[in-house]
Amino acid sequence: MQLVFVQFMTGLASAASLFLVASGLSIIFGVTRIVNFAHGAFYMLGAYVAYTLTERLTGVFGFWFALLAAAAFVALLGCLLEMVLLRRIYHAPELFQLLATFGVTLMVEDLVLIIWGPEDLVGPRAPGLAGAVVMFGKRIPSYDLFLIVLGPLVLAGLWVLFHRTRWGVLVRAATLDRGMVAALGINQKWLFTGVFALGVFLAALGGALQIPRDAVNHAMDLRIIVEAFVVVVIGGLGSTTGAFVAAIIVSELNAFGILVFPKISLVLVFVVMAIVLVVRPWGLFGKMPPPAQAAIGTTVRPWRPLNRTELIIAGIVVAFVALQPLWLSDYALTVGSEILIFTLFAASLHLLMTVGGLASFGHAAYFGLGCYGAAFGVHAAGLPMVLAIFAGPVLAAFGAAIVGWFAVSLSGVYFAMLTLAFSQIVWSIAFQWVSVTGGDNGILGIWPAPFASHPSGFFWLTLAFVVPALAFLHMVIFSPFGYALRATRDSELRAEAIGIDRKRVQWIAFVVAGAAAGLGGGLFAFLKGSVFPDVMGIPTSVDGLVMVLLGGIETVLGPIAGAVVFKALSIWLISQTDYSKLILGAAIVVIVLAFPKGIVGALSDWRARFAEWRSDPRPSPGAAAMMAAAGAGGISGRFADPDDVAKKSVSGRAKP
Amino acid sequence: MPKTVTYRHILAAAFALAMPGQLLAEDIKIGEINSYSGLPAFTEPYRKGWQLAVEEINAKGGINGKTLVVISKDDAGKPADAVTAANELVSKEGVVMLTGAFFSHIGLAISDFAAQKKIYYLAGEPLTDAVVWSKGNRYTFRLRPSNYMQAAMLAEEAAKLPAKRWATVAPNYEYGQSAVAVFKQLLSAKRPDIEWVGEQWPPQGKIDAGAVSEALEATKPEAILNVTFGPDLVKFVREGNTRGLFQGKTVVSFLTGEPEYLDPLKAETPEGWLTTGYPWYGIDTPEHQAFLKAYQAKYNDYPRLGSVVGYALMKSAAAVLTKANSTDTEKLITATENLKVGTPFGEVTFRAIDHQSTLGAFVGKTAVKDGKGVMVDFSYRDGAKYLPSDDEVKKLRPQN
Repeated sequence: MQLVFVQFMTGLASAASLFLVASGLSIIFGVTRIVNFAHGAFYMLGAYVAYTLTERLTGVFGFWFALLAAAAFVALLGCLLEMVLLRRIYHAPELFQLLATFGVTLMVEDLVLIIWGPEDLVGPRAPGLAGAVVMFGKRIPSYDLFLIVLGPLVLAGLWVLFHRTRWGVLVRAATLDRGMVAALGINQKWLFTGVFALGVFLAALGGALQIPRDAVNHAMDLRIIVEAFVVVVIGGLGSTTGAFVAAIIVSELNAFGILVFPKISLVLVFVVMAIVLVVRPWGLFGKMPPPAQAAIGTTVRPWRPLNRTELIIAGIVVAFVALQPLWLSDYALTVGSEILIFTLFAASLHLLMTVGGLASFGHAAYFGLGCYGAAFGVHAAGLPMVLAIFAGPVLAAFGAAIVGWFAVSLSGVYFAMLTLAFSQIVWSIAFQWVSVTGGDNGILGIWPAPFASHPSGFFWLTLAFVVPALAFLHMVIFSPFGYALRATRDSELRAEAIGIDRKRVQWIAFVVAGAAAGLGGGLFAFLKGSVFPDVMGIPTSVDGLVMVLLGGIETVLGPIAGAVVFKALSIWLISQTDYSKLILGAAIVVIVLAFPKGIVGALSDWRARFAEWRSDPRPSPGAAAMMAAAGAGGISGRFADPDDVAKKSVSGRAKP
Repeated sequence: MPKTVTYRHILAAAFALAMPGQLLAEDIKIGEINSYSGLPAFTEPYRKGWQLAVEEINAKGGINGKTLVVISKDDAGKPADAVTAANELVSKEGVVMLTGAFFSHIGLAISDFAAQKKIYYLAGEPLTDAVVWSKGNRYTFRLRPSNYMQAAMLAEEAAKLPAKRWATVAPNYEYGQSAVAVFKQLLSAKRPDIEWVGEQWPPQGKIDAGAVSEALEATKPEAILNVTFGPDLVKFVREGNTRGLFQGKTVVSFLTGEPEYLDPLKAETPEGWLTTGYPWYGIDTPEHQAFLKAYQAKYNDYPRLGSVVGYALMKSAAAVLTKANSTDTEKLITATENLKVGTPFGEVTFRAIDHQSTLGAFVGKTAVKDGKGVMVDFSYRDGAKYLPSDDEVKKLRPQN
């Protein structure tokens, strides 16, 4: 009984800190529709700034003032970020802001290291709350009691703010219908800035409040961000009460779960989220989301398959790539193989995200299953290399078939989070099932057959798999099935009304995308020679999203350009500097600002404008060169003929 | 495939023609890989350590007259990126050997790469027993005392304690799992009367410290084995202190005495924990004093355990290259087997039987002195004494 009580109390205390961060995230998402990946970074900054301040300001007043001041200071930084960066990209396709905030997160991680140094910092205990209170014969830390009280107080404060102030009412109105609020003459700019600042304040306060119980360190951000997202989604997007309840559920299940299954913490939150989303697709307190704002399909120029000239160009590009082993070094070829593999990974995610309108946050699971499929093929079944590579997509398709079955019932962020949950469950199986997967020590010794053991041989092998796979994905986009998939994306109701079985179409797309990613994974296993669970971790999924977004979510060829640019840049930066995250993050932010439609999106915009300006539709050498540059040495293989795209885009444009 | 062979020939010829300067250079290049961006708290002092060693080696005439050059790469904490870096070092930079790695899985990825590409690899930090035993290969050597050795050192002391009811808490990944498994096995062998009453496996970096403390307390242990480190350790210690978990209990703890993990705890350092570590302030041997003075003179900072690992790693690499007087991988392997190297902790031997060095560790108790965590009553344990018998090692390591 004592134990039940004390675990209940620790659960409540954990819930309170989780709730603070999650509520901020929920508010920001509810109003601005921004998936704020940088929320964890603000949490971490709150803790670091509070550490610095509490080192200087001592005493009871000094300590608490330091926490609030830290949160306020970080909120100011949040304001700045919103005004300088996010404000410029609200009009960009949904999820593009995720890319911007991801870039900021990368930068903050390295900046924190530069400013505060690499060592873990342990701040002071809270004055007056350092000890424990004995209740039912158990010592409950007084700081826990303080947090337990603080959680509901913040919830009540937010309720008053949103229900009893004009500003709060406007915020709620904006959550329901942004367009209507704007039409009524409310200046959305400042509303958004205010909401963003409030959300960041809560995150930073959550971080600052960790000082007396945690060590301030530079990995705090990623530790909290995923959990905060999970809590927001379980509770229902935009619902602070939901976030509160979800935080309590997650924390209590963990506190009691470890008594029975000490290893459960690894995966618990994701299991809870998966169950909740399968049973209640919009979270505990969420409502069915309003119809999506501008669907992707309405904002793009119509897509079209490659024509004969373009196919010839694509063929020349592929031939050119295939000739690379004649002059590139072994190392460059290995990197080239890796980039080719990631173009396939990005293109497979693109099929879901852009063509199907289903953004998966857990696509790495299928890439990872592909790796493990190949590894099992080699070690358990003793398959030769080429067959083992095919075992990758088979296992990945199998996994995708199961996950997709549940996932296609959802849409939008809920779909994204359910795929994330499943990918984490798959990851934890790979991590925990030591006898089969080797746990985190992985599976070693998956090296290519002799004919492909030289980098050039493997490069050709990769090319021989990736190019047909990319061509296949391209064909899928322009097949009747692809049109049906786009129909479900653009209008669910109309698609169903004309007899398209939405779930079935999306499920097949999910399996195809999973299998294509799995093929990439199978190749990746042989490229690296070993497989570890981290390949299906969240960072790989995020990399995939970044590649698609960077290339341009509204384009057909974007993922290839995005993968080439992102992968080449990150490999090069990791090799050249220890601050690769800072530079990569800055590069992403710059790209986001310069090309709000992604690299390929921006290039086709420019070309469209150029072609409009010049009535003569001859291809301009300048634009063509730029396109080639974006394709980074022509590895893209399937670039559209600039000439034709320009013609189409002009004719496809609505007249102003 | 004849095609590949001809192609390879052409490439080799092209290389020979294009880069005669590099082939004749009087430098010996070592490729070093570590998690510089992923784990800077360890790798920063580590880098300072090996940089100091390289400076000293070259000041004393380098490797048989040739300058030692270390090319260092970051692995971003991912095994796949470590393999990319290894590829770059081997095929682009033309290094003669690979060194480094912190995380066990990254060490394994590099060691498998080394076996495949037939390149020499000297692992510094990775603690997993698999590197030299179950997944061991002839191209891979390891400097630091392994999980097994540290567990054996602690189990030896733990067996002397009266405690009979033991609970364990360890991060839920291979390092934590194997540390607990080996410690249990060795302690139970010495003390059959011991009962293992509870275990907790928080995810690395995400401990719910309050709940874990209470779950441990509920099993009413007399002693606790702790394997958590870093921020998890701080949280666990803070919650445990506040909740009185450690009162009247003995705690045996892996790595806690290393400055990397002990120093952040400051005045909150728990007293009387039995732990492995590195009390740099109290080691009076001439080897260590020389290292300490040189380190402090160069960096105006005290060394961490990482500094010792980095320093001893590069000294070992230099000793191998000097003895082999060649950059041929096979000759390097032969030179390393039974090689004796001087380190700040004294002379160590690289065993021929499993390629593990006999570097040891300090075992002592934690205490608080002037508001800082320190180790007291410590003594150096020679790694050679904490390894299983040769027969057992032969069973553990693939023999071919």
